[in-house]
Amino acid sequence: MQNSPQSPIIEASKLTKQFGAFTAVDAISFEVERGEIFGFLGANGAGKTTAMRMLTGLSRPTSGQARVAGIDVAAHPEKVKQRIGYMSQKFSLYEDLTVMENIRFYGGIYGLPRKQARQAGSQLIEQLGMEAFARKQVSGIPLGWRQKLSFSIALLHQPDVVFLDEPTGGVDPVTRRQFWEMIYQAAETGTTVFVTTHYMDEAEYCGRVSIMVDGQIAALDTPDRLKSEFQAANMHEVFLQLTRPKP
Amino acid sequence: MITAQNLSKAYGKTTALQEVSLTIQAGELFGLIGPDGAGKTTLLRILGTLLLPDAGTAFLDGKPVVESYRAIRRAIGYMPGTFSLYQDLTVEENLHFFATIFGTSIAENYELIRDIYVQLEPFKNRRAGQLSGGMKQKLALCCALIHRPRILLLDEPTTGVDPVSREEFWAMLQRLKSHGITMLVSTPYMDEASLCDRVALMRDGQVLSTGSPQSLIEAFDRPLLAVQADDTYRMLTDLRQFESTYSAFAFGHAVHLSLKAPVWPELVQSYLLNLKHTGVSVTPIAPSIEDVFIHAE
Ligand SMILES: Nc1ncnc2c1ncn2[C@@H]1O[C@H](COP(=O)(O)OP(=O)(O)OP(=O)(O)O)[C@@H](O)[C@H]1O
Ligand SMILES: [Mg+2]
Repeated sequence: MQNSPQSPIIEASKLTKQFGAFTAVDAISFEVERGEIFGFLGANGAGKTTAMRMLTGLSRPTSGQARVAGIDVAAHPEKVKQRIGYMSQKFSLYEDLTVMENIRFYGGIYGLPRKQARQAGSQLIEQLGMEAFARKQVSGIPLGWRQKLSFSIALLHQPDVVFLDEPTGGVDPVTRRQFWEMIYQAAETGTTVFVTTHYMDEAEYCGRVSIMVDGQIAALDTPDRLKSEFQAANMHEVFLQLTRPKP
Repeated sequence: MITAQNLSKAYGKTTALQEVSLTIQAGELFGLIGPDGAGKTTLLRILGTLLLPDAGTAFLDGKPVVESYRAIRRAIGYMPGTFSLYQDLTVEENLHFFATIFGTSIAENYELIRDIYVQLEPFKNRRAGQLSGGMKQKLALCCALIHRPRILLLDEPTTGVDPVSREEFWAMLQRLKSHGITMLVSTPYMDEASLCDRVALMRDGQVLSTGSPQSLIEAFDRPLLAVQADDTYRMLTDLRQFESTYSAFAFGHAVHLSLKAPVWPELVQSYLLNLKHTGVSVTPIAPSIEDVFIHAE
């Protein structure tokens, strides 16, 4: 099942999700290369979260296929989960556990031996500069810190690819930039980053971005090429043209 | 219209608000900005009569928040930062519910919410729990508005809302302002802060400064350069090592470099060229409200 280093880390082919008669994700096909920072943009309700849940093995495609790290997500959802990290749009931490307890808990889930989990925990807290929060309940620490913590936890088991669903939503301008520096660091060590955002300046930080409209991928390219294709000064204009087309 | 006098609040050992005083005029669109954990939500919750202050007082429309909470609740619209609608009711049922408890109807105030609601209308029979994140925000806003409140308290209303809808949302707030509604809005988006009449910059439970976005920008006195190169991330780390650098932060495809003292742009240029950067350009720029935020202390 191991895929070769050359083949794409994510391959989606006509991936589709229907809820009753409603098609939330409509036969999307795309590939993401190893080590890429891939921005997954789109208007509210376009189908980003739904697509991500299929790619992470959390929801079964209605039709079509996807392979993540060479693994078919529909056939082996549990195997996929071991190879990826995922930060959901809602919180992915336990609110009533402390920072340290959360790290140990997830370390356990990902099968790190207890001693290693403890070491990883202290190391992580030091890297994040979160010493002051280590023994605090997650519910009491500011949003931006929680998001940085969830991201680090999603990386604990050194996944091939990490899926981040609006990790910086509601995060202040300084912390949001620190978060992106963490994304760059992860990408530099070879982790593929698949990320959604509604901040158009963050779209510029991605190698390539796709823009979803009504369940379909309406555009996919580097930010520079998209801007010239749509004759737009910035990504906001590209987004505007795609999501509110002039009649 | 809204006055806060020396409001303080602590949760256990954590101080959330420390003697905060603010005055917001009738009909004003007032923004609250500040880093995560600055106390914005605590302030909004106290003003929204959902939380008691430890000390200090606040008045909305002349009424004290603690004593007159019933009257205040009827006069205001409050949109909390976390989703608070009925997940198992449909979009339309939620809206209808909020209209009914305030003794009004959707039809009566439809024009107030139209701009946002049109995007939800195709899904009006869908249960709220099945909406996407941004769609939930839009519904919550419609519910806060449906009784035509005189005062609106909005806690990060556009978090999770896509950029185009966000623009439409702010256009809507401007229209509500022309109806005379007073609005206090917290936001992590600095482009939104610049659309407010005035903003208060908060940190560690205190108000650091208050003023029009323009006046906050004018008070910013560090020299600022926009620097571009082909490899933005490597440039960012290199610029942090430059001796005159005060700080360097990414802004889309450029880095805003603030300096300890003015230096010639050419000096920055040659520093980067020596480090084998390509596509380098360096331009002095005027600060934006986002620059002001980043440098606030
Ligand atoms: N369980 C469900 N049942 C019915 N419809 C659903 C369900 N889950 C999602 N949907 C619908 O599918 C569409 C896509 O939702 P999704 O959450 O994927 O959007 P999104 O692109 O992530 O939006 P946002 O930017 O607001 O987070 C929406 O119309 C949503 O209401
Ligand atoms: Mg989503």
